[in-house]
Amino acid sequence: MKKVDARGLSCPEPVIRAKNAMESGDKEYEILVDNVVAKENVSRFATHQGYQVQATEQGDDILLKLKK
Amino acid sequence: MKNEKGTIVLAGGVIGLIAAILVFFGNPANMGFCIACFLRDTTGALGLHSAAAVQYIRPEIIGLVLGACIISLAKKEFRPRGGSAPVTRFTLGAFVMIGCLMFLGCPFRMILRLAGGDGNALFGLVGFVAGILTGTVFLKKGYTLKRSYKMPKLEGGIYPAFQIVMLLLLVVAPAFIHFTEPEGGPGAKHAAIIIALVAGIIVGILAQRTRLCMVGGIRDAVLFKEYKLLFGFVAILVTALVMNLILGAVTGTSYFNPGFAGQPIAHTDGLWNALGMYLAGFGCILLGGCPLRQLILAGEGNTDSAVTVLGLMAGAAFAHNFGLASSGEGPTANGKIAVIIGIVVVAVIAAVNSMRKEEA
Repeated sequence: MKKVDARGLSCPEPVIRAKNAMESGDKEYEILVDNVVAKENVSRFATHQGYQVQATEQGDDILLKLKK
Repeated sequence: MKNEKGTIVLAGGVIGLIAAILVFFGNPANMGFCIACFLRDTTGALGLHSAAAVQYIRPEIIGLVLGACIISLAKKEFRPRGGSAPVTRFTLGAFVMIGCLMFLGCPFRMILRLAGGDGNALFGLVGFVAGILTGTVFLKKGYTLKRSYKMPKLEGGIYPAFQIVMLLLLVVAPAFIHFTEPEGGPGAKHAAIIIALVAGIIVGILAQRTRLCMVGGIRDAVLFKEYKLLFGFVAILVTALVMNLILGAVTGTSYFNPGFAGQPIAHTDGLWNALGMYLAGFGCILLGGCPLRQLILAGEGNTDSAVTVLGLMAGAAFAHNFGLASSGEGPTANGKIAVIIGIVVVAVIAAVNSMRKEEA
């Protein structure tokens, strides 16, 4: 499964990294972010791309599991 | 997700309304909010530039930062972070300000100028969109200022705390703080402190919750076909326009004067209006948000954004100390040179930070 570490990146880099990763066409991805705005932005984009998003908090970070 | 769009349209509506009302209560025309102008006025009040016409500690700025700070604390989103290329961000901030002062307004005021019928802002909008499009090319190529990291609470809290000091300086008005003399220029035109402060706090809260950003709207539409932020942008424009028409009808003084010549705090040089906002749009994309968004993030404890705001203030000081800022008469020769230098510097920053390979 492809993993993207988007922690600490400014807007809109987390979404761009997620988007670039999605070009491989996999069914599942894990995107690690460290703030609510990145979580919202990546989730919104992934949802529009047809993924289901499950968010779990990991300490200060948030792990987004994307599934098609 | 539809809910999200509804919320930002509502927030944009309230913000447009507040912006129009601030002019009614005394702010300069088409300047209910202007982050560039207000930071410039505050910079002047501190004596960092000596343009006597534009010196005042703007309570809106204080309110925006404190509003964002309070609501982010309440929502547990106050997260001190920093360390992502601060000197680059400072430099970008300074040049964004120089671009804004060529045009005479930040992206927020550009919208408000459009809502007041100022046709010159259309040239600004064209340049702004072109600047954003240029920036997105680099974003797609992998532009990054690298990661930010967790910082101590105090580090994140210093900039918001500094706003309370600014409020005290405004209220106490000691002799070393400079205020534009009555009738002495735009710095003398302001709503009462409490009105401006509350307006700033409300807009700060709304902008923090909705992540409103003037460059983000066009950027996200281009990059991801995401239109949420653009909805906010349009909502401000429409509401401010409607409010201007209503205020004009109620007060008998027109708040909507379509045309190009003689617009308040604006000039008619289309090319330089466009180039100024090109620089601002390009620089803001590289910073990850417009000047308003930087203030909000600084309120949330983002010290990279706080450094950016300090860069904006330094840019304002340079702009007035070196004669770079435009006036109603038009741009200055120095200002044109500075904008060209700015575009080159921003392009170099964009290119160099797009070339590096991604770290592990």
